[in-house]
Amino acid sequence: MKIVVLVKQVPDSGAERNLRADDNTVDRASANNVINEMDEYAIEEALRLQEAHGGEVTVLTMGPDRATESIRKALSMGPDAAVHVLDDALAGTDALGTSRVLAAAISALSPDLVISGAESTDARGQVMPHMLAERLGFAALTGARKLTVEGSQLTVERQTEEGYEVVTAATPAIVSVWDTINEPRYPSFKGIMAAKKKPVDTKSLADLGVAADQVGWAGAATTVLSHSKRPPRSAGQKVADSGEGGVALVDYLSSEKFV
Amino acid sequence: MAEVLVVVESSGGTVKKVTLEMLTLARSLGEPAAVVLGAPGTAAPLVDKLGEYGATKVYAAESAEIDEHLVAPKATALAQLVKTASPAAVLIGSTQEGKEIAGRLAVKLDNGVLHDVVELAADGTATQVVFAGSTIVKSKVTKGLPLVTVRPNSLTPSPAAASPSVEQVEVTLADTDKLAVVTKRVAEAKGARPELTEASIVVSGGRGVASAENFKIIEELADLLGGAVGASRAATDSGFYPHAFQVGQTGKTVSPQLYIAVGISGAIQHRAGMQTSKTIVAVNKDTEAPIFELADFGVVGDLNQVVPQASEEIRKRR
Repeated sequence: MKIVVLVKQVPDSGAERNLRADDNTVDRASANNVINEMDEYAIEEALRLQEAHGGEVTVLTMGPDRATESIRKALSMGPDAAVHVLDDALAGTDALGTSRVLAAAISALSPDLVISGAESTDARGQVMPHMLAERLGFAALTGARKLTVEGSQLTVERQTEEGYEVVTAATPAIVSVWDTINEPRYPSFKGIMAAKKKPVDTKSLADLGVAADQVGWAGAATTVLSHSKRPPRSAGQKVADSGEGGVALVDYLSSEKFV
Repeated sequence: MAEVLVVVESSGGTVKKVTLEMLTLARSLGEPAAVVLGAPGTAAPLVDKLGEYGATKVYAAESAEIDEHLVAPKATALAQLVKTASPAAVLIGSTQEGKEIAGRLAVKLDNGVLHDVVELAADGTATQVVFAGSTIVKSKVTKGLPLVTVRPNSLTPSPAAASPSVEQVEVTLADTDKLAVVTKRVAEAKGARPELTEASIVVSGGRGVASAENFKIIEELADLLGGAVGASRAATDSGFYPHAFQVGQTGKTVSPQLYIAVGISGAIQHRAGMQTSKTIVAVNKDTEAPIFELADFGVVGDLNQVVPQASEEIRKRR
């Protein structure tokens, strides 16, 4: 089975994140840039499928030069190779444009299965897997907490607001996973050393046959007009419980008309 | 006045609150037209409620195939409707499925899409709150019509009676809409509690609750307040409470009137999911816990004493 895993480099969600004042894009220079957490679960799931069914696992990333760090980190977990879509004209690309580029890159790899995280910690849009399925004509099995593969038939348990759904499809398909699906492995020392020698194929927009004016600032279908820091919440009243803490809590709820 | 399409979310014949919020928002933008996407018979029990909140028309795009396949048929039906109705905007609930429908629709129409919008002005300017509630962004769709997903609990729904006409919409699906087959839908018990993302009050437990068994004190307080139960990632990862109820960066984003955090330290990943709550109350034994930095009211103490006492006190006052 040929598997492509989508990996996005994002600013660490555990630290302060900012938008740039000049062009309203994510400030990557001042951020600690890491693999989108949910993508690690996608990589793990791909590796488990490879261990069970054979085949190859390729990491696909679109991003600037520094995304190389995340690609090597992803490869250190065990995938065989990576494709890095890198082009200056990509700066300013929105979700619609990103799906255009990734769809072209996926087509070139002609995988049986694409696995991604269910959402990225920066945009939290959850739109990419279905956008790609729409462009590629793949089945989309999204929001999975469990994935089983029998031959070319896939079955997922999809998390929903009310519980879960069981959804099936044949390959080629795109599956997105939540962090409930597995426990990602830590890269071994051997894995980290091996990752340095694994092939990373850099593709430009021209290589993928995507016109530069369909992506980047020129091709964006949305624009950020302005941004500002939300005033931080200020701490209110804090009382130490000396036997009547529960009553004090209800007094407060009552004063705010919740009780 | 041009129509504003509102994609209806419903469960068991009841319109979800986010839909009423979107109808309220739609009234400030144009003529609200509700769109029901589902199996035959889905729309009929919803019409009265949709009219109560100002829907002047209900489009019923009903087909068994919409229910049998994941997401894609809904996007196709909606895209066909957008082409014939030429609406001023399309509003969809910012739920997992809502965002997915929006994503497909964006590709089909080659139209920009904005998600998790908390406000939408008449000129199409959308407000989003990003990066764990730290940053406010104003954005606009520049290609096509304003296609946005609206975050639940972003505005207060208000009724404005209308008598909607019901228009059946024919659904023509492509083979690629039927690739993913839904074979089973399972509801996991949440009892009579409101849905987490729609609840006006949420009581969440964290690592400090210390066991699955002990979550009963969280549930008790939630039930007395008519609220939903949430949990931090530490609590769900420890198996204290099901993952479906996780609030935070990798779980649900909630924005209730009242959020009570019990035994939750308040790591940035948790704050990402609850920071826009109107009122925040915290109970934690550690006086240095970061949750107190954003709590309107905090009790430093043992949750096993404080929470049952609060429940008891609420009972007494009734």
